[in-house]
Amino acid sequence: MDVLDLARLQFATTTILHFVYVPISIGLSLLVAIMETMYVIKKNDLYKKMAQFWGTFLLINFALGVVTGILQEFQFGMNWSDFSRFVGDVFGTPLAIEALLAFFLESTFIGLWVFGWERLSKTVHLICMWLVSIGTMLSALWILAANSFMQRPVGYEIQNGRAEMKDFAALLTNEQLLWEFPHTLFAAFATGAFLIAGISAWKLMQKKNMDFFKPSFKLSIIVALISAIAIPLFGHGQAQYLVKTQPMKMAASEGLWENSGDPAPWTVIAWIDPGKKENTFEIKVPFALSFLSYSKFTGSVPGMNELQAEYEKTYGPGDYIPPVRTTFWSFRIMIAAGCGMIALALYGAYLTFRKKLEGSHRWFFRLMIWGISLPFIGNTSGWIMTEIGRQPWTVFGLLQTKDSVSPTVVAGEVLFSFISFTTLYLILTGVLAFLFYRTARKGPDIEPHQQTVIHDPFAQGGDTIVAK
Amino acid sequence: MSLNDLWFLLIAVLFTGFFFLEGFDFGVGMATGLVPRNDQQKRLMINTIGPFWDANEVWLITAAGAMFAAFPHFYATMFSGYYLVFVFILLGLILRGVSFEFRGKAEGKWWTGTWDACILIGSFLPPMLFGMAFAALVKGVPIQQNMDLKAGFSDVFNGYTVWIGLTVVGMCLMHGLTFISLRTIGEVRDRARVIASKFLPVLGILLAGMVVWTYFATDLFARRGPFMYAAVAVGIVAYVLTWYFLKQRREGWAFGMTGAVILLTFVSLFVGLFPRFMVSSINSAFDLTIYNASSSHYTLKAMTIVAATLLPFVLAYQAWSYFVFHKRLSEKDHLEY
Repeated sequence: MDVLDLARLQFATTTILHFVYVPISIGLSLLVAIMETMYVIKKNDLYKKMAQFWGTFLLINFALGVVTGILQEFQFGMNWSDFSRFVGDVFGTPLAIEALLAFFLESTFIGLWVFGWERLSKTVHLICMWLVSIGTMLSALWILAANSFMQRPVGYEIQNGRAEMKDFAALLTNEQLLWEFPHTLFAAFATGAFLIAGISAWKLMQKKNMDFFKPSFKLSIIVALISAIAIPLFGHGQAQYLVKTQPMKMAASEGLWENSGDPAPWTVIAWIDPGKKENTFEIKVPFALSFLSYSKFTGSVPGMNELQAEYEKTYGPGDYIPPVRTTFWSFRIMIAAGCGMIALALYGAYLTFRKKLEGSHRWFFRLMIWGISLPFIGNTSGWIMTEIGRQPWTVFGLLQTKDSVSPTVVAGEVLFSFISFTTLYLILTGVLAFLFYRTARKGPDIEPHQQTVIHDPFAQGGDTIVAK
Repeated sequence: MSLNDLWFLLIAVLFTGFFFLEGFDFGVGMATGLVPRNDQQKRLMINTIGPFWDANEVWLITAAGAMFAAFPHFYATMFSGYYLVFVFILLGLILRGVSFEFRGKAEGKWWTGTWDACILIGSFLPPMLFGMAFAALVKGVPIQQNMDLKAGFSDVFNGYTVWIGLTVVGMCLMHGLTFISLRTIGEVRDRARVIASKFLPVLGILLAGMVVWTYFATDLFARRGPFMYAAVAVGIVAYVLTWYFLKQRREGWAFGMTGAVILLTFVSLFVGLFPRFMVSSINSAFDLTIYNASSSHYTLKAMTIVAATLLPFVLAYQAWSYFVFHKRLSEKDHLEY
């Protein structure tokens, strides 16, 4: 493998693994913030216990999200220096703002939250958690603003051999971002919610700490339901937008070689032969692709062969068809995961509100435990579709992946870093899973804090002891 | 002052702030191998930086983000040119960050031992390698006409860079020891102070070597003579006062002095570099400067507006978090980590 392949492989693995931790942080911090809000309003210690117990999961995961994020930021310069030179003028700004506006907020206030239970008033402590939660969301907003520029470049002009920013506001009003951000955000909420719901279901099945895990299940299933319904709504908007701006990605995710005809049928599954540019087997649902693309039951969708000819006219000779099988199947896996989430959330909400959680629903609880994996499957395949489907471009229409890689880095270096980071990430993910399991098994019985004694270094002598 | 100057200043401030803040928590990390007599004492030490280390690290992330946005060529050249250096810095930072969080979440000798080792490695590698990278950068690395850098092994790894790396490590360790004695009470506080006093002569040798070697190996003194001599003079005063305040058991002041040594070192580095970011050993015409490495005027302006709006809040709430946790900790307190 050459530098380009290795750099791509490394970017894919580190991004996918990083994107395991990030949605957990976004989702759990929202849920913990809601729990603590209920504690402050209802003054019921149960909710404090809930915030602290689920907060432990947040913390275990948070550190991993932060440290693997540094690699993401450094990787652009390390492996993709020509990309960084070409788009730095536009792309660097959202990244810098992400650090300044979001990372500082998250990292400072998570410290205040963890260590501040006894040092801050209830309200101030609650505000800290909300600021953490807002910080994680702002971080997603800015990184997706940068990503949206790669999907659909706006507000720039090519000058001095690079893309230079001409309109900062355009980056934030990029229609790509307006669909991508809520879609991803609700997926992250669902990730946290299904994690809590799944662990709660496990404990309910064992009939342990029912008084604790029933309200936990109830709260998380509400968030899960809202998110599971919101995800496809914004996803639908994104698909319609995709047909307009990146028709090739849409065609690839449909395995559509020739124009679909009007009305367009949706291909449920297909055996794709990219070499011969044809599908050997297909199952189709009439009208569905027209609806997916245009919200009506008429309209044809362009196929890859036609688009290839069109792109060659615009961008010169070359292969503009992304890896079709990967794009096609990741799209379907994402949709399947989304459907699974909706079904589980609906049935879970039905049981909760009919007060049937008491009964014996072992099969359902077991499904909920497996359901923890659904958002991860959806998140991962969604990103694979988005990023692989854009190939051969890093910045659509402007810069190809092969021209983005660092010219000075050699294959051995990338191979070494790829192996070491991947190994490390896999080990750490294993540790994360182990700690999650261990914390969940132990349950919520958090020991009460010992009495705090305060020593003020600014008091006379520097070691005066003040009993609280 | 042009926007290019301003962003050079901001990036210098971010890196200097990073070494001042993360400097002491790197130091605390390294000191976990020296100071504590038992596990409770080790936990106490880690808890002194518990609320801060994460935000301190964000200074680095923000510095890199600002480089990317304001000087994309500096960012691209440095990160790709120092490829393996950054691989090891990142491995260190990743191990270190998770260790703080993971260490206390399960029990067992093997478990704690592993994360303890990771804290030591992760607290040593980044300051060492950053020291080496910055030393190489000011001494000169083979940057070509098209701004690409392919740093060979000996460009980054030579006598001078290793000495500077060790000096940065030494400064961080010292800064961490004074921080521990400032933030704790009882045996840990005393041991940290005693070890700091014993380590001070070693640091003195490292610092003196850094000044002399820098005089001969780089053009910093030739370019900014008066400033550099003044910085050295103030540095000597701060060094002597560190010894004095440690003796007096006035740890707050001692911490201020060890911090001053770090600040002076990095401020001198950036003053000596200005208006360059990276010095080319091939031809001074290939140096990366605030002019040829920068973003467009529009981007710098947009970034300036954003930074001017946000920075006051960021600094204010970070200062507040240090105020909230300014009290000393003892082994009897509730410890999170």
